[in-house]
Amino acid sequence: MRRAAAAGLLLAALSMRVAPLFAADRIVVGSKAFTEGYVLGEIAAQTVESATNAPVTRKLGMGSTGIVFEALKSGAIDVYSDYTGTLTEAILKRPDLKSVDDIQRALSRIGLVMSAPLGFDDTYALAVKETFARENDLDSISDLSRIEGRVRAAFSYEFMDRQDGFQGMVAAYKLHLAPQRINRMEHSLTFQAIDDGAVDLIDLYSTDAKIEKSKLRVLKDDRGYFPVYQAVWVARSAFVEQHPRAWAALLSLQGAISERAMIDMNAQADIQHVSFAKIAAQFLGSEAPRSQSLKSNILQRTREHLWLVGIALLFSVLVGIPLGLIAVRFHAAGQGILIASALIQTIPSLALLCFLIPLFGVGMKPALAALCMYSLLPVVLNTFTGIRGVDPKHVENARAFGMTGRQVLLRIVLPLSSPTILAGIKTATIVSIGTATLAALVGAGGYGAPIVSGLSLNDVPTILTGAIPAALMALIAYGLFEIIGLVLIPAGLRKHS
Amino acid sequence: MLTLQNINKTFEGKPVLTDVNLNIPKGATHALIGSSGSGKTTLLRITLGLIPFDKGYVKINDHALLSFSPVEWADRIGYVPQDGGLFPHISGFENVSLIAKLRGWNKQRIGSRVEELRKLVGLEAQLLTQFPFELSGGQQQRVAIMRAAMMDPQVMLLDEPMAALDPLIRRSLQQELKSIFQRLDKTVLLVTHDLGEAVFLAEQITLLHEGKIVQTGSYRDLLLNPADPFVTAFINAQRTLPDAAEVA
Repeated sequence: MRRAAAAGLLLAALSMRVAPLFAADRIVVGSKAFTEGYVLGEIAAQTVESATNAPVTRKLGMGSTGIVFEALKSGAIDVYSDYTGTLTEAILKRPDLKSVDDIQRALSRIGLVMSAPLGFDDTYALAVKETFARENDLDSISDLSRIEGRVRAAFSYEFMDRQDGFQGMVAAYKLHLAPQRINRMEHSLTFQAIDDGAVDLIDLYSTDAKIEKSKLRVLKDDRGYFPVYQAVWVARSAFVEQHPRAWAALLSLQGAISERAMIDMNAQADIQHVSFAKIAAQFLGSEAPRSQSLKSNILQRTREHLWLVGIALLFSVLVGIPLGLIAVRFHAAGQGILIASALIQTIPSLALLCFLIPLFGVGMKPALAALCMYSLLPVVLNTFTGIRGVDPKHVENARAFGMTGRQVLLRIVLPLSSPTILAGIKTATIVSIGTATLAALVGAGGYGAPIVSGLSLNDVPTILTGAIPAALMALIAYGLFEIIGLVLIPAGLRKHS
Repeated sequence: MLTLQNINKTFEGKPVLTDVNLNIPKGATHALIGSSGSGKTTLLRITLGLIPFDKGYVKINDHALLSFSPVEWADRIGYVPQDGGLFPHISGFENVSLIAKLRGWNKQRIGSRVEELRKLVGLEAQLLTQFPFELSGGQQQRVAIMRAAMMDPQVMLLDEPMAALDPLIRRSLQQELKSIFQRLDKTVLLVTHDLGEAVFLAEQITLLHEGKIVQTGSYRDLLLNPADPFVTAFINAQRTLPDAAEVA
């Protein structure tokens, strides 16, 4: 009884924590997980803050175009920055739409509003090292055809997969790059790869600060292949109606951010590691909001991370053990349960998060749902194998002594299988601690937040402020389970191992 | 008094037990003997109320098995599984007292009953605090007998009590067991494949073969007045070692 009450309390506390994030009067600003996205997200958040009294929540650094756009459509965020090219190619799938008016009309049909361009163009571009360009006399993308058989490339996943990315480009330029020399990798890591001399050619955005830092030459798009990527605000119509002053303030930034200004801001973030809040404040000519100290920052991340892992753990125990029991008792249902929980495990976490956003919005809820689903398999499987491993003679003897089914389960079967079940819970916990870092991609915070933003900045110290506490938490969890084992596993079984 | 009356059991159309009759008077020790596949394990499980049977009655003091709930029946039959069958995760004391605790006995009543039985089987008190894996085979067997006797059943049922013990310990424990049975003053049914053990512990022996009773009687009856050539064959088969004359 006491345990049930504690679980209820925990759930109640969680819902109190999550609820305010979705309250109507809050304005939620989102962003994608790359430097420029963070900078523009922070500029939008501070602009809205100074224009209205409504509290602003930042959901910056969300996984991908797909996640952030789903979040906008479902109302989990109100506004974010995107690019005209991305909107027509990846979201509307209407490459024929060329003018801003056309795009605005197409978006309004799905309940969205788009501003006029903010003033700079951030298109896809290909770049090589300045030295490599000189050695091979490269100036434009067409020139690549001379070295197409031997050039080594690293391209981001998004560039490889988009209609207006790699496939279209090689077709337009009739390039025949050797497939085995093309590496797909996380965008921020491609800079590391070209700096290390591991590759010769990468894709990037034309406002990228690392162009100067890494001494890269951007190859001219001499056939005018890449669409125009003008930065704009995209918002929900409902938000524009409810907060006209906030929207007006955002519109005042139309045409106000030059390409030079954007490159500078990106450079401050990427190279000088100035905080996004400070960069945005500087640009807006206002005071930077007080930044959190590292300690309170880590404390907050720890709280968020503990919530994620704790609830997932509670769920995996309360649901996983009964499912394991059902799997033992009913053969057909059992196979179904085991296969289903194994299948969940095979869904890539980013994809699962993407599926969950239309159902749960962004923030804690989809992250918790994903973690709960992932933590199920180890518990279900270990409950199943643990119970199946109990010597049937003990069960028959217990019945011969007149024990009821319930007594046999609680006094004999569960204690005898407890080492295996506990090992499953331990696995689920440690895996959850790792997987929960991905929750940052849907705005759930936790140790993943500094990891995601650190990755986009290629900023190792920032990554470590998330990665080290996560590793420590896993170690502590491991130790705690050793202690729990001493309490829960009957001593008669412990001495065997 | 334990009575098995006209027990019949078929499994997938094949008869496993046919017209089995057994009557053990109060306080007597009876051995059920047979080779593997003779049906003795099935008869044991039927007597414990673990599996249904097709025809006949199992009775204790003229009360039929089917008139009791499983719990009531279990408290009337004390069961000592093969090799003791102690639950490995709990101590000897917890093994002995588990059922009484589930029936709501208070600590004091449990404590005094355990103490009484401990003295009866001659086990050191300290050994009861240990886990089964820390006890010798003979010690485990004694704890298992205490557990079976805890609820003061009218009948005790032992399944191959000595099977896993080495021959020397076996000898001394057989002696021990005989006096424990006398002190307990229970009706005892012993299931074994070992004729020597049956002869030593039980007054009456029932030989089961292919699901039917071949003969019930004392060892003397079986030896001198075999009901069937199989009885003699079974007795002779147990004498495996050559005697001194043969060796010389």
